[in-house]
Amino acid sequence: MQTPAPVDYARATSVDHALQLLEQHGEDARVIAGGHSLIPMMRLRIASPTTLIDLNDLDELKGIRVEGNEIVIGAMTRHAEVLDSAILAEHYPIFREAEKLIADPVVRNRGTVGGSMCQADPSEDLSAVGSALGGTVVIRSKSGSRTVPIREFHFGPYMTQVADGEILTEVRFPIRPGAGSAYEKVERRVGDWPVASAGVFVVVRDGVVSDCGIGLTAVGAEHFSAPGAEEFLVGKAPTEENLAQAAAIAADSCSPVSDQRGPADYKKHLAQELTLRALRRAVAASQGA
Amino acid sequence: MDVTINVNGTDYIRDIEPRMLLVHFIREELGLRGTHWGCDTSNCGTCVVWVDDEPVKSCTMLAVMADGHRVKTVEGLEGPDGLDPIQQGFIECHGLQCGFCTPGMMMTGRWLIDKNPDISEEEIREGISGQICRCTGYKNIVEAIRWAAEHPKGSEVTA
Repeated sequence: MQTPAPVDYARATSVDHALQLLEQHGEDARVIAGGHSLIPMMRLRIASPTTLIDLNDLDELKGIRVEGNEIVIGAMTRHAEVLDSAILAEHYPIFREAEKLIADPVVRNRGTVGGSMCQADPSEDLSAVGSALGGTVVIRSKSGSRTVPIREFHFGPYMTQVADGEILTEVRFPIRPGAGSAYEKVERRVGDWPVASAGVFVVVRDGVVSDCGIGLTAVGAEHFSAPGAEEFLVGKAPTEENLAQAAAIAADSCSPVSDQRGPADYKKHLAQELTLRALRRAVAASQGA
Repeated sequence: MDVTINVNGTDYIRDIEPRMLLVHFIREELGLRGTHWGCDTSNCGTCVVWVDDEPVKSCTMLAVMADGHRVKTVEGLEGPDGLDPIQQGFIECHGLQCGFCTPGMMMTGRWLIDKNPDISEEEIREGISGQICRCTGYKNIVEAIRWAAEHPKGSEVTA
């Protein structure tokens, strides 16, 4: 039996209240969202926060909406809601494709977007999606809000820009008319972390790629991204040859490690192949849009 | 700390440690042993209960997080008119062998049917993909859930 160490508990009634509780309970207090990463870590005693501040009542952090030319996803939005969102299905099918492969339906009822982002697992699927789409995250503290580009959000495995006394409140993605997007993942069994995943968006205009984003996870890609491959592809025709070249550049920029999910060279191969497959489908979707 | 958790329609007030997991609250504090405790790592799904009408893995939720919320366990499935169709389905289709995964399977199965009364076999398989049956009885579990979908509450149930 694995039981967390003794911990205090407080339930926040608003973001301001949560920030106040964070300050009050000191640097070893942690906010808890769906708890599906933090509670297992507490049971293994990898994490031993002194106080948990429960954000689950904060309706102000839930939901997906369009604001101007951006899609805003509240940090406490559950994976299940992302999967079923009509707004995201319309603008970025990449979310639905990725979410269908994140954990399992019961876990998706609890796990949240903000929790996944802040856990910052180096194999997190949503981090690849976020990096592909290149949005921003909004972080709040008692002194106000700050906005951070999503590609600067992660410092490294399990490390983010969210500092003591701060809470991630929302993630924002620009709407790109005519964009196609896709997500490709190889996992060992249903609901597992990826061996490798690639997510992309592409806008094809007048026969050339006018904009694109490539996100990769579980393969040691810096900031879950492949900027060199994006630079290569923008301005070029989306031919099979060019897509393959971009995928090769993306894979080259990865530094996967061998572990129980597979050897490094296999992961590198997957990074290339999955990027190529995702690019093909995103190009087709953009051309059909 | 004091919590009030409504389980199967009854409010239970208990003084618990915040670190207590919901599955242990249900089993140890309330003595409701229908909810099983399996892998401890949110992989196996035998501990699935409903919190506010949605299935969750109760080994990965603290009981204090359910304070003020409604919980439904396998003991809450049976109504005044007898077994819930999902329970009857597991009888009709031999949906269990050892029975360890059964409470979780039934709680998720009931939810899947409530969301989609005309659910397909493929959708059921995806729906229970976070739950493990080590008797390899998935075929009969899927059939049991299908049976329940075809015999909605209120329709005549043959024992």
